[in-house]
Amino acid sequence: MRQLLTVLAALLVLNATPLRAELQIQITEGVDKALPIAVVPFGWQGAGAAAPLDAASVVAADLARSGRFEPLDRKDMLQRPTTGADVDFGDWRTQGSEFLVIGRVLQPGPDQYEIQFQVFDVVRGEQLLGYRQPATAADFRRSCHRVADLIYEKLTGIRGIFSTRIAYVTAVRSQGQGQVKSNYRLVVADADGQNVRVMVDSPQPIMSPAWSPDGRQIAYVSFEANRSEIYVQDLRSGVRKRISARPGVNGAPAWSPDGKSLALSLSRQDGNLDIYTLDLGTQVLTRLTSGSAIDTEPAWSLDGQQIYFTSDAAGGPQVYRIAADGGNVQRVTFEGSYNARPRVAPDGKQLAVVHNDRGNYRIALIDLARSTTEVLSDGRLDESPSFAPNGEMLIFATREGARGVLATVSINGRIKSRIPELDGDVREPAWSPFVAN
Amino acid sequence: MTNLKTLAALLIVTLVTACAGPSESTVDEGAAGAVPSSGAASSGVSEGGIGQGGAIGGGALGGPGASQENRIIYFEFDRFDIKPEYNAILQAHARYLSAHPASRLRLEGHADERGSREYNIGLGEKRAQSVRSVLLLQGAASDQIVTVSFGEERPAAIGSDDEAWALNRRVEIVYGQ
Repeated sequence: MRQLLTVLAALLVLNATPLRAELQIQITEGVDKALPIAVVPFGWQGAGAAAPLDAASVVAADLARSGRFEPLDRKDMLQRPTTGADVDFGDWRTQGSEFLVIGRVLQPGPDQYEIQFQVFDVVRGEQLLGYRQPATAADFRRSCHRVADLIYEKLTGIRGIFSTRIAYVTAVRSQGQGQVKSNYRLVVADADGQNVRVMVDSPQPIMSPAWSPDGRQIAYVSFEANRSEIYVQDLRSGVRKRISARPGVNGAPAWSPDGKSLALSLSRQDGNLDIYTLDLGTQVLTRLTSGSAIDTEPAWSLDGQQIYFTSDAAGGPQVYRIAADGGNVQRVTFEGSYNARPRVAPDGKQLAVVHNDRGNYRIALIDLARSTTEVLSDGRLDESPSFAPNGEMLIFATREGARGVLATVSINGRIKSRIPELDGDVREPAWSPFVAN
Repeated sequence: MTNLKTLAALLIVTLVTACAGPSESTVDEGAAGAVPSSGAASSGVSEGGIGQGGAIGGGALGGPGASQENRIIYFEFDRFDIKPEYNAILQAHARYLSAHPASRLRLEGHADERGSREYNIGLGEKRAQSVRSVLLLQGAASDQIVTVSFGEERPAAIGSDDEAWALNRRVEIVYGQ
């Protein structure tokens, strides 16, 4: 308890401080054929001039960003219906829209909203989906993302990820009083890069953010004590706890699928990194690997039975797999001189890794059944791949000039986008799981 | 040795540039770059008997009074073995530690930016451990030395080219822990 209070008193933790510097997402490459859709501005039936946000524009932006939809420009809309009775399908057919979204925002109470929306198949002239999404002023944007999730799922058959979040680390160098100062931040934003919250702000490096399976906590490495230590921080309250500050390296935290354990990499006294698991309830530490190799970057299989990790046992870094209770080590990657930092796809069939592709560090997918390697990114120093929880795309860190920026790529490699931030180096993105709240 | 001098010269240029004004080429090295206040500057200790101290950059070869270039060991890509050119420096530091049992030092291992970050933490730690082993073999006591790895998180030189990478693959010897 005392430790916890000390940590709280350290003033390092900024509980959800809003930032102005928000991410903007640009699609750099799209699919061959994005579906034409019209998202008509939603009607407003409440007090005051307008709803807290332009819900339809948030929804349209989400759908566009997926690369699978091409929303019709508002100024090209011949009509702006807000109820089903007002829709003239003929107009929309003429304009080439295959799908139509209309809606209304109601205000049943002072801080109570309801987003009602309908999705139509324009060609057939029939309703595909009708839904009421409750909202408050504070979570209105999130509720809009949920609307986009529902539309996306209805039209593609794949669960939407617009209401998920991303965590990442920024490093900002600034000069003042003749000194160069560095600032490292652990940041959480909505998947569209908006609603940026600083979770930790430190003059020393922060690394390796990892979401708990319930999306409520983030484990990360902080050098605030001038050495590596692992913390777990609650997203909502900002309260955090130091989980590992053992002698030597404390790194690469990874949550078990049941959220009860962390896999981590420790060097302890002998200075050699090995994979351990730490039971967060009992605090029992179990050593999984030994020997002189660098063993790090653990990632759990979906069933929690296996742990993938990076090891240089064969010279350069390659991915291996070990039983989560120890033993039975198998090498997983064989193609190329450098395969590191595995992340398991949500379907468990593929790994995303950092792969040396003719001298360039790129994001590659390893098919576990066929042992094939497919390079997805085209940068020179790409790193830190993280799967969207629906498995449709990866977010990773790349370079734009000398600056670190985030980028996404669909797992078929066809849709690419870039997320440039206003200032600082952005790195180590981690996509949240699907979250209830 | 020429290689070392080139690297050291580059590093010094980098640091000087940083002091001179606005610069994109360096970062705050924190404690790593500063000569500890408890070092030889105040105690007046200098390394006797080695004789080469003054020859390289004017500082002592080992001990807290060692010049910047004699407190940094550079490595090859994805390697952590120590090049023979550093034998004299490490020997001098080991002798200092052996002669001053109360002194402590911290070995800060670093990597260049290529590849994954946690693996680079592993590389930095391996490098620091390599230096530690040599110091222990040459007479330092294990409780005098701690290691820490910053991986690629605290580069000495900013840039994505061979020169910057070479300057960043390093172990810094910091007296005073």
